[in-house]
Amino acid sequence: MAALDDGQLREGVDRETVETVQSMGGAYKHGWETEIEMDFAPKGLNEDIVRLISEKNNEPEWLLDWRLTAYRRWLTMESPDWALLKIPEIDYQEQYYYAKPKSMTEKPKSLDEVDPKLLETYAKLGIPLKEQAILAGVEGADEGRKVAVDAVFDSVSLGTTFKKELAEAGVIFCSISEAVQEHPDLVKKYLGSVVPQNDNYFAALNSAVFSDGSFVYIPAGVKCPMELSTYFRINAENTGQFERTLIIAEKGSYVSYLEGCTAPKRDTAQLHAAVVEIVVLEEAEVKYSTVQNWFPGDEDGKGGIYNFVTKRADCREDRAKVMWTQVETGSAITWKYPSCILRGDEAQGEFYSIAIANNWQQADTGTKMVHLGRNTRSRIVSKGISAGQAQNTYRGLVSMHPKARDSRNYTQCDSLLIGDKCGAHTVPYIEVRNASSRVEHEATTSKVDDDQLFYCRSRGMDEEEAVALVVNGFCKEVLQELPMEFAMEAQALVAISLEGSVG
Amino acid sequence: MMPRAKLKAQKIDAAEARLAPLILPKGGAWITAARKDAQARLLQMGLPSKRDEYWKYTDPRRLIADQAEAGALHDTGGETPVFDCIDRVKLVFVDGVFDAAASDAPELAGVEICQLAQAAQSDLHWARDLYGKLEARGQAPVERSLASFNTAYATQGVLIRATGKAEKPVSLIYTRSAENADAMLHHVIRVEAGAELTLLENGPCAARFNQVIEADIAAGATLHHVRAQGRDHERAGAVHIFAALGAGAQLKSFTLTANGALIRNEAVIWLDGEDGSAHIAGATVGDGAFHHDDTVFITHAAPRCESRQVFKKVLRHGAVGVFQGKILVEQPAQLTDGYQISQSLLLDENAQFLAKPELEIYADDVKCSHGSTSGEIDPSQLFYLRARGVSEDDAKLLLVLAFLAEALEEIGDPALAEDLRSRLEGWLKRHS
Repeated sequence: MAALDDGQLREGVDRETVETVQSMGGAYKHGWETEIEMDFAPKGLNEDIVRLISEKNNEPEWLLDWRLTAYRRWLTMESPDWALLKIPEIDYQEQYYYAKPKSMTEKPKSLDEVDPKLLETYAKLGIPLKEQAILAGVEGADEGRKVAVDAVFDSVSLGTTFKKELAEAGVIFCSISEAVQEHPDLVKKYLGSVVPQNDNYFAALNSAVFSDGSFVYIPAGVKCPMELSTYFRINAENTGQFERTLIIAEKGSYVSYLEGCTAPKRDTAQLHAAVVEIVVLEEAEVKYSTVQNWFPGDEDGKGGIYNFVTKRADCREDRAKVMWTQVETGSAITWKYPSCILRGDEAQGEFYSIAIANNWQQADTGTKMVHLGRNTRSRIVSKGISAGQAQNTYRGLVSMHPKARDSRNYTQCDSLLIGDKCGAHTVPYIEVRNASSRVEHEATTSKVDDDQLFYCRSRGMDEEEAVALVVNGFCKEVLQELPMEFAMEAQALVAISLEGSVG
Repeated sequence: MMPRAKLKAQKIDAAEARLAPLILPKGGAWITAARKDAQARLLQMGLPSKRDEYWKYTDPRRLIADQAEAGALHDTGGETPVFDCIDRVKLVFVDGVFDAAASDAPELAGVEICQLAQAAQSDLHWARDLYGKLEARGQAPVERSLASFNTAYATQGVLIRATGKAEKPVSLIYTRSAENADAMLHHVIRVEAGAELTLLENGPCAARFNQVIEADIAAGATLHHVRAQGRDHERAGAVHIFAALGAGAQLKSFTLTANGALIRNEAVIWLDGEDGSAHIAGATVGDGAFHHDDTVFITHAAPRCESRQVFKKVLRHGAVGVFQGKILVEQPAQLTDGYQISQSLLLDENAQFLAKPELEIYADDVKCSHGSTSGEIDPSQLFYLRARGVSEDDAKLLLVLAFLAEALEEIGDPALAEDLRSRLEGWLKRHS
């Protein structure tokens, strides 16, 4: 985002993107670290650690039990091996499961009281924690456009902005630890109702040790007055981040939620196992956008984040709608399948994804569209780009249940290969159990078209510029689905992620 | 979820239990060695399980049970068998056992034909280099242990070597006479450099069957393979084709399947030489208690090869159609052209289509695509025909035939294609 700080980037960004590529010098730009005193829970994972995390968060008994149930289930489970990923053995006893800046021991009353060093971290990342500020790079784009931010640093939330204004609209936007204290009934009712504790290995682990994350509640009929955003930063070494996000959209409400993430450059890999649950009730709509830019490891594949994430939206009632948009450029390993359960009649799910893997990155990502209600609709557009020695897999499920009559799915998965040492794979599962539904799936794999490159080259672009331009064109269908703040960042990121992949 | 180690142990236990009462068939040195190797492979892999990812959509229990489930014979109502109008060398197997009396003399210029049972008695045979070899190669990256089972225990089958352009097709005819026959057939085919062979297969075979074809298609050689499975309902079978293609070699394999309680057709193809071409296609018509699974795995190991997979399924009254297709493009296979389409037409609400069309690509200069669709008859097309005075039944028949036509076009020989097309039309008419 630093590249956007000069405020030059606006619409029609192609030329600038190319400049960005040149100016970046190929480095991961969020790889610095904040030197700050941390308070760690002892290394390793056992029931005492689970108890300790629960205690630190001052949780009620039922939540501790909930965590312990998850932990015990996790012990009986095996790490999934079906993805096209080579995951090095993870020693779960060699990690810290809780890390909190010492200055946060006494919870600050407002962001003004937060340690300036922490605030600087976000300023450096371009995340506005002052309410008058707006996201970098979009000045003048839309007067008065506001984004509320929840800043999560390792295991704790530093605070959220625009609380008052949101409260006036009846919207609750706070950290999940705060929600447990302030809105226990809502948390108890919905936590684990979309992703149960034993859903999968990583979700079980998260359920046992989750630290912080965001909680969003949009009351019936409310259109959230601004975009909500959570920014996750992993800073401490050998520390896993296990955030948990819960979004509830009541009848007829609307919210657009953004998520961003970065981490310092380190030689050792770090674990990130998050769970996001979204409950969408009648006629409500949730837009969830992610720009995932965790440290991907260096050019030799050393270090990086293992991003093992379970994200699921449950369109529980009629005409509920959810839209996932993701730009996955970071992480050494990505294992992530944001899904939609289309339970209500005429519910809608959409998934737009760009996944870029360069150097030694591995990504296995996609979506599940589970059609249960009648007349449900889903749409999947996935763009995978592989470069260097990277492996990139789209894995998806479209399931039409017998009762999901007259439903519709359209899936398009395109893969682009840059270089002859990388891989691009497509693994869709299509299950149609009624005749009146229509399912269409299309996938293509190709390399950057020589003719297009030649065209650009003959107009004076160097090869890298030309590739960046072609790739941006390839991604356009997804980029245009992102809220503007993210589209800018994502577009620049697409180019940066491919730095050094040509020639 | 069952722990992985436990599942593996269960599969091996199942294999041991299944093999315990069986005796490895006796034979010459070459085949005994191949059978022992296959048996060892099987015991190491275990039998397939419903919990295997590779068997996600098809339950293998009926295929691995100790006994074949008996099933009533199908009354063809006097219908002439498929390919009757084609001049060919007929080799007849009754309940999976070669019937010399009912067969033609195995004489065809440029083609050597010999029964497995006979060759197995000799200590040396050209098939030694192939029997069980391609099947063994086909055990990675996915285990296909039913095929190893076949290699170890099959005593029937035919060994065909084409050294020139065969004048007429070799036709394997599988008839059924017993209600509970359990057949195991293993064919080995070698098409020598520049040679050409057409292999036809048809008939219900047995109440249960396990068939393996291993085909080695040398540089510049061509194998045409056309198969009609059906039309009895009460049969279960697992069929594997393992084919390796040399430079410039061609394989065209087409399967028509009508009915059948449980049929799994697997094709495992390697494009080992440059400029090879493999077309694998299938048309399926399923009605009622029908479960049909096409599983295709094509590996592009050399540059400039082309592969096509075209699968069409028409399903009704609870019929289930499965398609698992994969194109694997290895790193040296630059300039690959890979295409795959799987489509199903569901004629009523109870039919199901389950598909997993996969691409796994490690070379950058390739053109690969796949598509998969499922739906009912397009009401606007139906309306178009009805508005022109075509009755509803006729209109539906026309649309179903048009839907299947794309797969039938993959048959190289127009006479064979027309034979199967008219056959399909007849079957569909009788059902509507």
